[in-house]
Amino acid sequence: MSSLILPAVLSGLTMGAVYALVALGLTLIYGVLHIINFAHGSLLMLALYAAYFLFVHLGVDPYLAIPILLPVFFCLGYALQRWLIAPMSSGSEQNVLLVTLALALIIDNLALYFWTSNTRSVDIPYAYNTVEFLGAYLPLGRVIAFFAALAAAPLLWLFMTRTRTGSAIRAVAIEKRGAEIVGIDVNHTYAICFGIGTACVALAACLLLPTFYVTPQVGYTFVLVAFTTVVLGGMGSLPGALIAGLLLGVIESLCGLFLGESLGQIGIFIAFILILLFKPSGLLGRRAA
Amino acid sequence: MTFTLNRRGLLKATGAAALVSGLSMPSILRAQAQTVKIGVLEPLTGNLAYNGTQCAAGAKFAADAINAAGGIKSMGGAQIELVVVDAQSRPEIAASAVDTLAEAGVVAFTGASASALGLASSQAAAKYDLAQVFSIGTAETIVERGLPNVFRFTPGVNKCTSVALENLKQLNAAAGNPVKTAAIVHEDGPFGSNMAKIMAEQLPQQGIEVVETISHPTPHRDFNNIALRVKASGANILIPSNYLNEYTLMARALRQQRAELMAIYSILGGAASNIKFVRENNDVAQYVMDCNHWYDPNKPESQALAASVAEAGLDLTYDVMVSYATIQVIADALERGASTDRKAMIETLAASTFDGSIMPYGPTKFVNGDNVNSQPVNTQIRGDKIELVFPEEYATAEPVFPVPQEG
Repeated sequence: MSSLILPAVLSGLTMGAVYALVALGLTLIYGVLHIINFAHGSLLMLALYAAYFLFVHLGVDPYLAIPILLPVFFCLGYALQRWLIAPMSSGSEQNVLLVTLALALIIDNLALYFWTSNTRSVDIPYAYNTVEFLGAYLPLGRVIAFFAALAAAPLLWLFMTRTRTGSAIRAVAIEKRGAEIVGIDVNHTYAICFGIGTACVALAACLLLPTFYVTPQVGYTFVLVAFTTVVLGGMGSLPGALIAGLLLGVIESLCGLFLGESLGQIGIFIAFILILLFKPSGLLGRRAA
Repeated sequence: MTFTLNRRGLLKATGAAALVSGLSMPSILRAQAQTVKIGVLEPLTGNLAYNGTQCAAGAKFAADAINAAGGIKSMGGAQIELVVVDAQSRPEIAASAVDTLAEAGVVAFTGASASALGLASSQAAAKYDLAQVFSIGTAETIVERGLPNVFRFTPGVNKCTSVALENLKQLNAAAGNPVKTAAIVHEDGPFGSNMAKIMAEQLPQQGIEVVETISHPTPHRDFNNIALRVKASGANILIPSNYLNEYTLMARALRQQRAELMAIYSILGGAASNIKFVRENNDVAQYVMDCNHWYDPNKPESQALAASVAEAGLDLTYDVMVSYATIQVIADALERGASTDRKAMIETLAASTFDGSIMPYGPTKFVNGDNVNSQPVNTQIRGDKIELVFPEEYATAEPVFPVPQEG
């Protein structure tokens, strides 16, 4: 068993990178804007289908689909927030919850209606390629996802801290009324943030597709872990989401190895409970004023 | 020729048409054959949606075929009308969906893709004296509760496992007994857990040591650790029992971790008898063997079903086949009983000796609700096809065991 620990840790890191990628968009929307986006998993599923159909019908490799789907899903997210979620919720957080829940139900059922419950996966030439590292064979697709997560989190962090739009998003998150007074278009900023979060989901989907399958229910496989990742990392903290994602991946992998795969996910939720008990603001989250 | 129609003329014409149609309606109704409702309770949404949708499709193909052949002749050519309800992959919904079926007036129903769902639905159906003919429900608990409304047409986990192990014994013996060790990977529900327990008891009796047993939840995201453990165990063969999505991820992980196995020998494998798995993962699917529900491909009705499924653009999976067969069983009971009374249906089903289904079974004989003349068969993925390789009388290809090693 001891010979399996290192491969399991490495495998957990690459799986954790996927969790981090899914959580990056969520931490922007949920963590920064305090919008509990129940549709996050459904949007992930939608992006997976988009990448799948691009591959099947147009032969676009999932990785090459990234520059296509990122702007498309940014626009989708922007439109959803600007013209659906915001008007329907009327500024109430409870209403946002209900609207995103309704959105999730609608997207899921439309997917079921149009694409049926069939499981789909892509048969790409490099599907079984691996990278040998310290004696462990790591699936190429997951290694790519790992480095993409390592790159995406700092890039997003730079965007949030070094650009005017990023500053506007943070300003709106901290003090909405104040931001409005200094001339920030709050509705536009909210929609931009939601759009970026949705584009992150598209990025996660393109990186996930070569190693995973697509069904109308696939979003739920990741969304609960994504919420846990956001809370563990600290609400709104992009580096926190990355670290938490990687940590959860390793915890899950090691728990699976030592306690059995059926109990692997226990580790995730034990970590979640511990962080709520001892550091409710998360690993890198700011303490509430 | 031109017609002019003024307001009065229009009123007269409408009145006349109404009179004619009103008078003629009863005769039209009298001319129509009556319908008989059969329920289809399957998980059309949720984790088991793929299996449930396939089962529902199979039931529809069967109803269409029976209706096209003249319906239930003993009931004046009554046409079968399916009442399809969604169990949502949740046992409590499966139980409450039975109320919907009972209110709709079904005479019996088929379902429900997974043992957990079927256990709940048949329990709920008992209070209505409503017969459930199980499409798939392998857990033995299904037929151990003494419920008179339970009819499991397909084999349960005990029979599937014992037949699979007997077939494995014969295959291994024919190859000179190269297989000495096995690893078991199973989903952690009643289906997989029961099977793992039986295999752990029976494999050593035929000289195969179980060197690793791994359970996993459904859904499960990562099979790398499982593949690593299988590889580290040094098992000669892998015996998996899980559903399609997990099977797909597992097969890929095994290839990626370079696990060298003499065979993957599934028992009721979710993907190994699924043409979709063959199509989308053709490389890793080669020579995977499965002991599962499968139709007799040589029967004309089976071939007609295969053609209908292909025409509809669906996958021909065992779900379609067994669901088709269960509707045949219910239709046969209706034919013999000529009644839509639920209690009478239970009695007629209990006395069934039906041998005209598409499955490779002997005449139906329900003992405590379990069809003792059912049997699984061995399939093997070869190229882009799923061939039936065992028993020989139904086989479409020779089995390849152990699999040729690469390089």
